[in-house]
Amino acid sequence: MSLAADGAAHRASDRLQGEGRSLRLTALTKEFATFTAVRSLDLEIPAGTFFALLGPSGCGKTTTLRMVAGLDTPTSGTIHLGADEITYEKPYRRPVNTVFQNYALFPHLDIHENVAFGLRRRKVKDVDKQVQEMLALVELEAQARKKPPQMSGGQQQRVALARALINRPEVLLLDEPLGALDLKLRRGMQIELKRIQTEVGLTFVHVTHDQEEAMTMADTIAVMNSGVIEQMGSPAELYENPRTTFVANFLGQSNLIAGAVSSTDGDVVRVDMHGTQVSILADRAHVRSGDGWVGIRPEKVLVEPLGEPLDAPGNHLTGGVITDVSFVGVSTQYLVMMPWGQELMSFEQNTGRRPVLATGTKVDVSWRPEFAFLLPASQDVNAGVVEES
Amino acid sequence: MNGLQRAGRWIGEHLVLAAGLLVLVYMFVPIAVVMLMSFNDNSESRNVYAFRDFTWSNWANPCKPDGMCEAVVRSIEIGLLATLVATLLGSLAAFALVRHDFIGRSVANTVIFLPMASPEIVMGSSLLALFVAGGFGGQLGFVTIFIAHVMFCLSFVIVTVKARLSGLDQNLEQAAMDLYASEWTTFWRITFPLVFPGVAAAALLSFSLSFDDFIITNLNAGQTVTFPMFVWGVAQRGIPMQVNVVGTVMFLISLFLVVGNMLVTRKRAAV
Repeated sequence: MSLAADGAAHRASDRLQGEGRSLRLTALTKEFATFTAVRSLDLEIPAGTFFALLGPSGCGKTTTLRMVAGLDTPTSGTIHLGADEITYEKPYRRPVNTVFQNYALFPHLDIHENVAFGLRRRKVKDVDKQVQEMLALVELEAQARKKPPQMSGGQQQRVALARALINRPEVLLLDEPLGALDLKLRRGMQIELKRIQTEVGLTFVHVTHDQEEAMTMADTIAVMNSGVIEQMGSPAELYENPRTTFVANFLGQSNLIAGAVSSTDGDVVRVDMHGTQVSILADRAHVRSGDGWVGIRPEKVLVEPLGEPLDAPGNHLTGGVITDVSFVGVSTQYLVMMPWGQELMSFEQNTGRRPVLATGTKVDVSWRPEFAFLLPASQDVNAGVVEES
Repeated sequence: MNGLQRAGRWIGEHLVLAAGLLVLVYMFVPIAVVMLMSFNDNSESRNVYAFRDFTWSNWANPCKPDGMCEAVVRSIEIGLLATLVATLLGSLAAFALVRHDFIGRSVANTVIFLPMASPEIVMGSSLLALFVAGGFGGQLGFVTIFIAHVMFCLSFVIVTVKARLSGLDQNLEQAAMDLYASEWTTFWRITFPLVFPGVAAAALLSFSLSFDDFIITNLNAGQTVTFPMFVWGVAQRGIPMQVNVVGTVMFLISLFLVVGNMLVTRKRAAV
């Protein structure tokens, strides 16, 4: 016990004096009896970043988090914090704390003692003062003597955060901590979490299946699917230039249209898409020959009634018919049936430039070439499509 | 007419209450009689079932009947010992059954109900057969009673503790470990306090089961006499009024425990 306490305190003081240490996962694998949850994962998370592991349920993101926390033992691979290997370290000897999905607050201890738990185990001094400060940070000073079951979901969530944060861990792990909150509260907590992370400057690793949540909060997102990372980068990078159909569909929505590369011309790849030549920038073309999926985000797709001028230097398609119109206030969402029998999505800002188009209107469709991307045809066009619930 | 209707409605509304009160009366009349009889002065009469005169003498001299207090003390000793051992072993077994996956776990989970379900006379006689077959037929007494009591208390303890334990979120223990608590600290700070109500309930249940057991005890007691056996023995000659004193005291202790538990629970909820 005292060994653990000393170790953790020692590391914490190291961190305060020096630079933060990055978290590095190398070839990390976790196999269960019947399936492989995490498959040879390589990942480096620099100190002080807000990192999101994004993926559908069952993709291995929570297992990855639990291995970092020490609650699951990897089948193979290593976990390093700076130069120290912590792969098989006991959970109570790692400078890592977790905010659990169901909060896991101790029901027999009051809020003050819940938050004080980690400090007391490490025999820190001034526990009460620190707890009061931490409760002030999450605005729960007045509730210190209440028991967890007497608090609302949002308050419990903040207690769970305070309980982990007060230990100033090098890495704070958040396992879908906002999942149980209603939409409004969730938006509020997202901003709050981001603010706290910026203030304390710790590394946050946030596991979520909510792509909007990941994009709102994270500096870097790793999109995970079936135990592997599909793509990693800033929210804008992932959104604008997805490398796989899974990322294109899971992070926002995409129109994916079958096409075949006809020529490669320096910075531009030309694709024959159902008889129309479209060009795609080379750094967004993830195939250079053969078949592929031309991807374009719905808000980049412009529609105009037949014959009206369109902002279309290059990619101009004709013969579409509007089959569905959803007016959602800030924007209008059209479904346009194209001559080859595919419905394209188009989201248009309601700037009032012209009236909303009616169902059945014949339209031309276009997009600026720099917004399109090209993905390998071997990938499943429906991978990562989020079912509307 | 109007008055009749009103009376009818009044009866309708209060019928359930009346039924409830009757059930309570049905349940508590025997206890009330025991309490009343503990103050009965029957020194002049052989008829122990009639209340003659009020007296404090039964309460003042509770150990007057030969062998009664010895039997009570023996029952309490056996009860405490059996409770201690059964609670300890049963709690450990409950942990094993809930927390560890092993071949035959589901069978074990079913089998623990058997001692509760099988008739006491079967358990008592088979245990006696076992003791005799094992060559302990001549040594029946305190130890064999204790062994028998631990046996039938165990399944109650396992079932009670198991229920509490399977309702315990394992994330809590993981959260404690995540917050720098070693396995030992986690057990004493988190697991034990949360499972304790189940363990305490199991212990109380064990004690009362052990204290009043007659059938199994009688078969395995040899020359040793426990309180229930004493009562059964004297009942044929006429129960001394002091038995009612012991009954009243036991009832008051149970009442105290139940009410105390209720107050503690309510106080905790109110904080």
